[in-house]
Amino acid sequence: MSNDNLQHTVATNDRLEVTDSPRLKVEKNKTIGETLKKNLFDGWKNTFLTIVTALFSIFVIYQVINFVLSNSWDVVYVHLRLLMIGQYPLEEIWRIWFALYYASFMIGATWGLWEGAGKAVGLTFGSVFLAFAVIPWTTLNTSLNLAACIVLITAGYLIGHKVKKIKLAVLILWALYIPLTLGLIMGFGGLIDPVLSRNWGGWLLTVILASVSIVGCFPLGILLALGRRSSLPVVKYFCIGYIELVRGMPLIMVLFIGQLLIPLFLGGSTGIDNVTRAMIAYTFFAAAYLAEDVRGGLQSIPTGQFEAAQALGLNKIKTTFFIILPQALKAVIPAMVGLFITILKDTSLVAIIGLADFLGTARRISNNPDYLGRYLELYIFVAAFYFIFCYLMAYVSRYLERSLARGNS
Amino acid sequence: MTSQKKKSTPLWRNKKVVPIILQVAFVAVMGTLIWILIQNTIIGLERIGINFGFGFLDSRAGFNINEAMIDYSTSDPYGRAILVGIVSTLRVSFFGIILATIIGVLVGIAKMSDNWLLSKVASIYIDVFRNTPLLLQIFILNFAVFLPLPRIQEAVGVGPFFLSNRGAVIPWLSVHENTWIWLLLIAGYLIATFFVFKWLLNKEVEDGVNTHPFISSLVVFLLLNGITFLIFRQGPAYLSIPQHTGAAVSGGLSLTTPFLSVLFALTIFTSTYIAEIVRGGVQAVPKGQTEATKALGFRSATAMRLVIFPQAIRIIIPQMTSQYLNLIKNSSLAMAVGFQEIVGVGNTVMNQSGRTLEVIFIMISVYLLFSLTTSLFMNYFNKKFQLVER
Repeated sequence: MSNDNLQHTVATNDRLEVTDSPRLKVEKNKTIGETLKKNLFDGWKNTFLTIVTALFSIFVIYQVINFVLSNSWDVVYVHLRLLMIGQYPLEEIWRIWFALYYASFMIGATWGLWEGAGKAVGLTFGSVFLAFAVIPWTTLNTSLNLAACIVLITAGYLIGHKVKKIKLAVLILWALYIPLTLGLIMGFGGLIDPVLSRNWGGWLLTVILASVSIVGCFPLGILLALGRRSSLPVVKYFCIGYIELVRGMPLIMVLFIGQLLIPLFLGGSTGIDNVTRAMIAYTFFAAAYLAEDVRGGLQSIPTGQFEAAQALGLNKIKTTFFIILPQALKAVIPAMVGLFITILKDTSLVAIIGLADFLGTARRISNNPDYLGRYLELYIFVAAFYFIFCYLMAYVSRYLERSLARGNS
Repeated sequence: MTSQKKKSTPLWRNKKVVPIILQVAFVAVMGTLIWILIQNTIIGLERIGINFGFGFLDSRAGFNINEAMIDYSTSDPYGRAILVGIVSTLRVSFFGIILATIIGVLVGIAKMSDNWLLSKVASIYIDVFRNTPLLLQIFILNFAVFLPLPRIQEAVGVGPFFLSNRGAVIPWLSVHENTWIWLLLIAGYLIATFFVFKWLLNKEVEDGVNTHPFISSLVVFLLLNGITFLIFRQGPAYLSIPQHTGAAVSGGLSLTTPFLSVLFALTIFTSTYIAEIVRGGVQAVPKGQTEATKALGFRSATAMRLVIFPQAIRIIIPQMTSQYLNLIKNSSLAMAVGFQEIVGVGNTVMNQSGRTLEVIFIMISVYLLFSLTTSLFMNYFNKKFQLVER
């Protein structure tokens, strides 16, 4: 303690640099000007760097603002519905609104119950809804629906904030979210008017593809990870072979295999539509990557855990599912979120095999002769959308990483 | 008592028998599944009327490939077309890996910079290009950046570089009859220089006198080359500088728009991952190491080169390997803008010949070969930089 103090006084008095602490720290007794000077204009090299970077940044910012303001963006807002939900029939659009209402309320409730990263998610979704509600090109109906979503986020937050007892209910509702909404969007296999997958499109198809493959790859990936660590050589080498084979292939090839070989494997029948084939391909592809993430988690579990479980008389299956897996999965949550970001981005590859996902729709619109050469506006809009949601997921991942690290120490 | 002992453990608890039963069951289930798939495939193939086999590789391809690196014409067989595709994949991956490494390391260093503005700009670069799909970046570069460039007649000249909507023309080396002799000589000189360097270094260690091994051997190398140049009166290759002549650009190396889009997109996308790997690697070196170099009076550049970097590289290399492999795999997206690499060519071959299974089999083998080679290569480096344990 005293030693630290001594060093500190020496440092401040003689202007000696004892530590190389990051200079971003705003020290208490310094004005903003001094902090800036220390961060940006410390010596001629640093000053030069700052000036060059500043000029570059100003140039880029100017170009971006210029680009946003000088374009009419009509190619985007004329096709906004196409970009968002594709050819989904207008009279059935309430199903998508229901899915959004459901999601809004759940996000709000999660934010209210657990705070933390839920806040960022809630605020981002709220801002996106608000942005779409206030732009003049959306119809009154859409604006009202979006406003309702914002109200639901707020309501969910307030309820979650006040009533802490609903935690379990919220978790169960989250688990039911994808089956329920997906079933509704598809029409529950004929219970209500089915909407065929060829009518799905735009961001809706992107989200459906991503969520189905994320949910689907989970059991498969965990089984593969367990199989890879199995003591049975046949199972072990089968899993290793599968994982390495799939990880060695580019995704686009897996999609080709899905499109061309699945009908062949099923005896040349074409009973499965191409969206489902893409889903199957993504699921099998993502499972190999998830398996490697989960394996990392399994390896991080100390042997003592196995021994303790054995001492308590648990058999292998119970040990795996009640002791090892919960800890392993918890440890790899950040890595899994990273994988989910990759999956969301990679769903854009279905544009190559001719599906009208978000990027595929943009690609089709850009071929429209009325809007020839308007690529940049369309693609920047698409990029912005992907960026917002991927960045949000990355933020959540970093938050979880930090909070998990805190929890372990 | 004896009867009690004879009562063996039941079969389902026997540690020797259970694994065998489980494995047999596994093989049975998997085998049945695979057998059903194969049977279905055979039926499916029969229905289309195709016999499995690689004989089709000899039949005439009949389609054009824009950027063939090796001689190729439409009358060449399918096998040749696939080979062209493999070479194209290697080409775009090779340059992509080099460029992505350079940019990635620079951005990674920039992000670690003490300069607040620079590190902020670097992290925005990383966030923006990491969180958008690669295919979208390829589309943007191809359709929104390169295609709107002026036609070849009005190509923009930036120094010796020419840009038009057909792509870029850059100065490049063109070989002449003495190039091979030159290359052989340079290789010989490199080996000779290496031995000079070793000898000088040994001398320095033994006598304790600074012999400047690096600079001295560099001088030797340059001198040898200079003498050769005087004898041949020409360099190892001509520098072909592009000239704009009305309707076309002659000379130099022509790079098409799809190639450039894919190369730049792969470079930018992968560089964001490399930047984070480099940063993570350097920051994983304990802080005490930096402090120790300071205490010993190292300059920060020297400390980085001799102390921090050799330790960071051990953490960096394995992750870098997987990024390089990702880059090679991602280069398959090139087919979306018409750059014909292995998957693009394979797709055309599949569509033309209907040989789906065979072509997919070939593509899988090619990619497995790529990954195995890269892994072996990087494992060698990894071993070289491995910590020497006592």
